Amino acid sequence: MQATFRLYTLVLLIMIAGIGLILYKHLALGFPLLPDEKKLVWIVEAKIDFIAHDDPIKVSFALPPKNPDMIFLNEDFASPDYGFSELKLKTGRRAQWSKRLAEGPQTFFYRLSVYKSDRIAAAHTADKPHEPIEPEFDDVLKTAATALLTQARNKSADTETFTRELIKSLNTESPTQNQSLLINKQSNADEKTDLLVSLLAMEGISARIVRGLFLEGGRRRQSLANFIEVHDGTRWILFNQDTGRSGLPDNFLIWQRGGQSLLDVVGGTNSRASFSIIENVQSSRDLVLGDMQDKQAGGIIDFSIYSLPIEQQNAFKLILLLPIGALVVVVMRLLIGIRTSGTFMPVLISLALIETTLVAGIIMFLIVVSAGLLIRSYLSHLNLLLVARISAVIIVVITIMASLSIISHKLGLSQALTVTFFPLIILAWTIERMSVLWEEDGPKEVLIQGAGSLITAIVAYLFMTNHIVEYLSFNFPELMLVNLAFILILGQYTGYRLTELFRFKSLIQQNVSDKP
Amino acid sequence: MFLISPKQLREFGIIGMNQRNFGLVARYNPRRLYPLVDDKLKTKFLAQKAGITVPKLLGTLLYQHDVRKLEKLLTSYDEFVIKPVKGSGGKGILVISRREHNCYFKPSGDMLSLIEIKRHVSNIISGLHSLGGKPDTVMIESLIKLDPVFSGYSYEGVPDLRVIVLKGYPIMAMLRLATHASDGRANLHQGAVGVGIDIGTGNALHAVQFGKPVHRHPDTRKAFTELSIPHWDKLLTLAAACYEMTGLGYLGVDIVLDRDQGPMIIELNARPGLSIQIANNAGLLPRIKTIEALQYIDPNPESRVDFSKKYFCARSSPQSAPRTKHARSNDLALL
Repeated sequence: MQATFRLYTLVLLIMIAGIGLILYKHLALGFPLLPDEKKLVWIVEAKIDFIAHDDPIKVSFALPPKNPDMIFLNEDFASPDYGFSELKLKTGRRAQWSKRLAEGPQTFFYRLSVYKSDRIAAAHTADKPHEPIEPEFDDVLKTAATALLTQARNKSADTETFTRELIKSLNTESPTQNQSLLINKQSNADEKTDLLVSLLAMEGISARIVRGLFLEGGRRRQSLANFIEVHDGTRWILFNQDTGRSGLPDNFLIWQRGGQSLLDVVGGTNSRASFSIIENVQSSRDLVLGDMQDKQAGGIIDFSIYSLPIEQQNAFKLILLLPIGALVVVVMRLLIGIRTSGTFMPVLISLALIETTLVAGIIMFLIVVSAGLLIRSYLSHLNLLLVARISAVIIVVITIMASLSIISHKLGLSQALTVTFFPLIILAWTIERMSVLWEEDGPKEVLIQGAGSLITAIVAYLFMTNHIVEYLSFNFPELMLVNLAFILILGQYTGYRLTELFRFKSLIQQNVSDKP
Repeated sequence: MFLISPKQLREFGIIGMNQRNFGLVARYNPRRLYPLVDDKLKTKFLAQKAGITVPKLLGTLLYQHDVRKLEKLLTSYDEFVIKPVKGSGGKGILVISRREHNCYFKPSGDMLSLIEIKRHVSNIISGLHSLGGKPDTVMIESLIKLDPVFSGYSYEGVPDLRVIVLKGYPIMAMLRLATHASDGRANLHQGAVGVGIDIGTGNALHAVQFGKPVHRHPDTRKAFTELSIPHWDKLLTLAAACYEMTGLGYLGVDIVLDRDQGPMIIELNARPGLSIQIANNAGLLPRIKTIEALQYIDPNPESRVDFSKKYFCARSSPQSAPRTKHARSNDLALL
């Protein structure tokens, strides 16, 4: 009783540790539980061009602010021979390039990979607005503006609806005289934004310009879209200045807030910034990993398999599947009662099957083993000592493998070349065991054990090649603890095996029929 | 139906493989005692020390170069048995029952040359039949002579009796008879007949071959109803005494009856199989529970045998008594 209690406590602890770690990785670090979660990653490239005239150059470029709903994977700056620094100003991040002398066309690149986070961003309330500055309009414009404001005011209830009405009336298809007077003033998007900010200031509402980028794949030579952000007393509300729609649009990267310039070039002319966007699909696990390494936050990640070189990681991918195979063997033997030749030989066969693919692997396995059995039956007439005989079988197996590879290669079947993935020594021992079994217990027993081994190997193979199992075993090695707990519990199973329900069948049937 | 429900099996008291390994073998048999029974030579010496009769040892071969001595060793014997010391499940046992000059004959009549016997011996020494392929030793024993009671019940070879002994109490017994299908071997899964023997009387209860009930020996057609084992008390006492001899709580004792020397122990098994339940048409569990409920283990094997005979006798058990009758009336009808 004491021992059983101890075991179950241990199992419980292992189980809690395993599941706890998995949940921590999933919930806190954001590792997806299923492999199919792919995320759209946008690679935004800003290209800055200008012409230098043999003067000291100083270029300042606004960088997008980091915010919780868009996660920056990495940022690259490319500029030949320029001094570079990233400045964190009160108004936002800026990149600064500088050089004593430059001549001719110059190009800088800023590349940003970004993806949308699942977390819902909290409303942006932190920064307080400045007092709105009354614009200086001439009398005509002022009258027109006042009329427009009155009209919008009458149709609205609060700051949000007021702003929407105002934007709508500025974008109307059939403008009134007042409207067209103002509209004619806005020849480009920036001026339109300025006008809006001024009009809102007349109403006593704080507003600011927001520049951003619509993230759509395959776009080139894009420029930033202008939005307007209005403070309603408690929070900032974002408006599309062309439609009047409020709120942050989908897939919109805010690049800059406030009226600072996007690009300042001192010592150069014809400066311009253009943007291109590439869409990319990445598994969310990679993104989380990148994010972790970036933040240096994942102590777990630093001491995990991910810290190994890629080559070793791949080796572990296979090794971490072994416990799954072991669990299959335990279930097959203890719960089902299948007899296999050699306890873990089926797992090794299934590992080989992973490399060779299922059908080709099974065919090759059968060919090698049956050819081996034939030759082994001849060897048994030669009166050899055991070790010498097994060594002879190993050489025979190699010969069979080589001829199988060569013949199939000549026939153009590249599949059979993978026969080398079968563990040679294990095959030789299997042949030896089967052959002894044949002599002592007859072919029936060989068939039973051979089929049992193959079935177990196939089941283990199916589990081990399952996309989800493969993903989970590698990305959540903690699952091994859960697996261990299961195996410990199974080790206590004293119930009947499935095959025993068949084995003792006649016994029960007879007793039932005997009873009156 | 293809399968039966585990519930029915449990009600009937059948012990499964997992329960045997966990509840009996691991519980009653300390690992360190295994060599006593896994090594047949050790068992033999142990038995001799305890005054238990065993087949006479004619010789042992330890190394490959000993194989050369084989011919000289065998010259004076016409019948003998070659066994691997660490073999299990009857593997690697070669029985020679007749010799003409340099030709040796198995009970089946197959002829072997000395070279073939030497190869067999060499294989055994290499560890072909031992667990894990470890190097093994060969032992050569005198052949057991068939007791006339068994004539007509055995096809090539001597029947052996398997007694399951729990904490020194014999709880179930089965006679294993070689058949043509089993190639003269006494392994049930190879087609030997298992005959359940009543612990109380030594009479045959029920017989199976390939898991199905049979009433006559498949080769000799002799009915099992008349089968009764002689020296029954002595035989059970021998089996019960193996508990003190080895210290193993759950033991399978293999006993043969020699025409001249009576019951002899040929092998002990620390992991006896479960087919005995099919041969007896009864589960082990009720009997195990009876023994496990005992407060005190009687140090005297004879008293333990008396206890077993009283409690595990087929007639005293309400479960099995009518069934026996039924089986017998079936046989009578066949006659």
